Amino acid sequence: MTNVWSNTITVCSSCSVKTIHEALQQASEGDTILVKKGIYKEANLKIDKGITIIGEDLPTIDGDAKGEIITIGADNVTLDGFKIINVGVSYTTDYAAVRVVNSSGFVIQNLELEKLFFGIYLQKSNNGKVLNNKVRGEAVTEFNSGNAIHLWHCNNVEVRGNDVRNVRDGIYLEFSSHIAITDNFSKNNVRYGLHFMFSNNNDVINNVFETNGAGIALMFSKFMEVERNVITKNWGTAAYGLLLKEVTDVNLKNNLFLENTVGITVEGSNRLVYSNNDFTSNGYAIRVKGACYENEIINNNFLYNSFDISYNGKINDNKFDNNFWSNYTGYDLNKDGIGDVPYRPVKLFSYIVNRTPEAIILLRSLFIDLIDFSEKVSPVFTPDDLMDENPRIKRIDHDKN
Amino acid sequence: MFKILKYSFYDLMRSRWSYVYFAFYLLLGVVLLFLNNDLSKAVITLMNVIIVLVPLIGTIFGVMYYYNSKEFTELLLAQPLKRSSIFLGQYLGVAISLSMSLILGLGIPFVFYGLFMSNAIWDFSLLLITGTFLTLIFTALAFNIALSNENRIKGFGYAILLWLFLAIIYDGIFLMSLIIFEDYPLDKLSLIGTMLNPIDLSRTLILLKLDISALLGYTGAVFKQFFGTNFGLIVSFSALTLWVLLPVLRITMKAKKKDF
Repeated sequence: MTNVWSNTITVCSSCSVKTIHEALQQASEGDTILVKKGIYKEANLKIDKGITIIGEDLPTIDGDAKGEIITIGADNVTLDGFKIINVGVSYTTDYAAVRVVNSSGFVIQNLELEKLFFGIYLQKSNNGKVLNNKVRGEAVTEFNSGNAIHLWHCNNVEVRGNDVRNVRDGIYLEFSSHIAITDNFSKNNVRYGLHFMFSNNNDVINNVFETNGAGIALMFSKFMEVERNVITKNWGTAAYGLLLKEVTDVNLKNNLFLENTVGITVEGSNRLVYSNNDFTSNGYAIRVKGACYENEIINNNFLYNSFDISYNGKINDNKFDNNFWSNYTGYDLNKDGIGDVPYRPVKLFSYIVNRTPEAIILLRSLFIDLIDFSEKVSPVFTPDDLMDENPRIKRIDHDKN
Repeated sequence: MFKILKYSFYDLMRSRWSYVYFAFYLLLGVVLLFLNNDLSKAVITLMNVIIVLVPLIGTIFGVMYYYNSKEFTELLLAQPLKRSSIFLGQYLGVAISLSMSLILGLGIPFVFYGLFMSNAIWDFSLLLITGTFLTLIFTALAFNIALSNENRIKGFGYAILLWLFLAIIYDGIFLMSLIIFEDYPLDKLSLIGTMLNPIDLSRTLILLKLDISALLGYTGAVFKQFFGTNFGLIVSFSALTLWVLLPVLRITMKAKKKDF
């Protein structure tokens, strides 16, 4: 039976209850623990009752690098407004600032995590929310750093308004489905801004990914919606904005890819729809590595990319239609806004580079410009059916709200 | 030698072609900056132009100057002067006046645009340095061709062929060999291949300093490791210097033995 009367236990340095640990032992189901401002040097706090823990004026919980700090193992727990620092780093155990195990109905919000290994680690937990948390890591290399928000075998979780920086993966999902990832900001992460493995039916909406090792990595996943995200400045020899590997049935809509070395790298992915995206000033806008069928690339803007599309192989089963290409040089005699000559987005040089990567050293030489031109006039090596039959003359104004 | 240098230099400074060349670069710089509004983007566009045009103009102008001033040269040869100083003086006169047109023509609009306050200044200086090197190299090669060919038409033909080879055909052969030997590790070969052609070497040097170097991927990383270090920079600049010195050496050798 649950209590009709829920109690509030206040924790502060001058109160009768001085530690959070003590308060957790006294509390019963449905109680609220109110923690006043101060520094609490506590680790291995286990929450095994459905209680609400609220920090007033951002009290600090200092784990002293002893390992895990807070572990939630009960349903309906709310954790709100703490600064949690000094999680222990281990090479055998994934210590987290906050770990949720086998629980549902949790709310984790307004936390500030610093000096962490893993940040918020959800395992086999459902129907919860992770809102407005701030994570500042100090990751330098991949092998000795953890992820800011990590979901493993979770279902129906909302991840919204978090700001994650300088960790390994900003947000990581494995075997998780029906997760809504919205309004997050992910910057300067060593590996990926957002990383999916074997996770289906998820929504990624209105997030910003900036200067990560790679913006988003979507791998081995199905039925996703990726909308209105900004993926920018993933710049470096091995960087890309969005990696799609073995994914199917994904909708990519209204995203902006700005100044990435590679906007999208896609491999073994079928039935994807890319529509109303902007690809601006990337090295490669879309790099197709092979085994991609029945994809549609429609109504996108390709603006000032060094290579618009890179392809290897001669088979094309993907549809390019109604895009705007800034490199298009055709004309529109009947003034219907659609160019009268089809546009071929694959340059011969990008085809050569795919075959012999060393040839990239000839980038921007006169010879390359010449062979690109002759290939454009009469395609021999690049797939001759790979073209946009209806290239637009004017850039598309996307609805950006 | 310096007296002859001075004469050739002043002679060229008075000629219409130096002004046309200077005005062309001035116009190019102004238009680029006017259209682009971005110094580093303008540097990339400028690179494309410099890599192609500077060698072409260097060769054509060098050959033209040699044939045109042939009578003056014969007059000088009648005087008690060292042959090497006559020809080196002429060569330097042409090369220096061309480089000056390039540096001033491009420099003035960029300086007015606020180059000194921008961080593109190093890229820009590298651009001008390689441009000057290319002028020196191709004028020297042009003098070699002119010295070896009495026939003007033949001389011009060889000069154009030389430019065509180094600017275009070389890259074609280079690309073919990369594709044919694609099963082998190619980074050393491509490094050597770049070193052997002054145009490719200049292009790579500039590209690696610019933002688009990330596009070069893993292969580019090998190049960056080489050209990015001081050692690589010294090696590539010595390669460029060698490209100047060898033709100049041949000018003096050839001039010593030639019958007029």
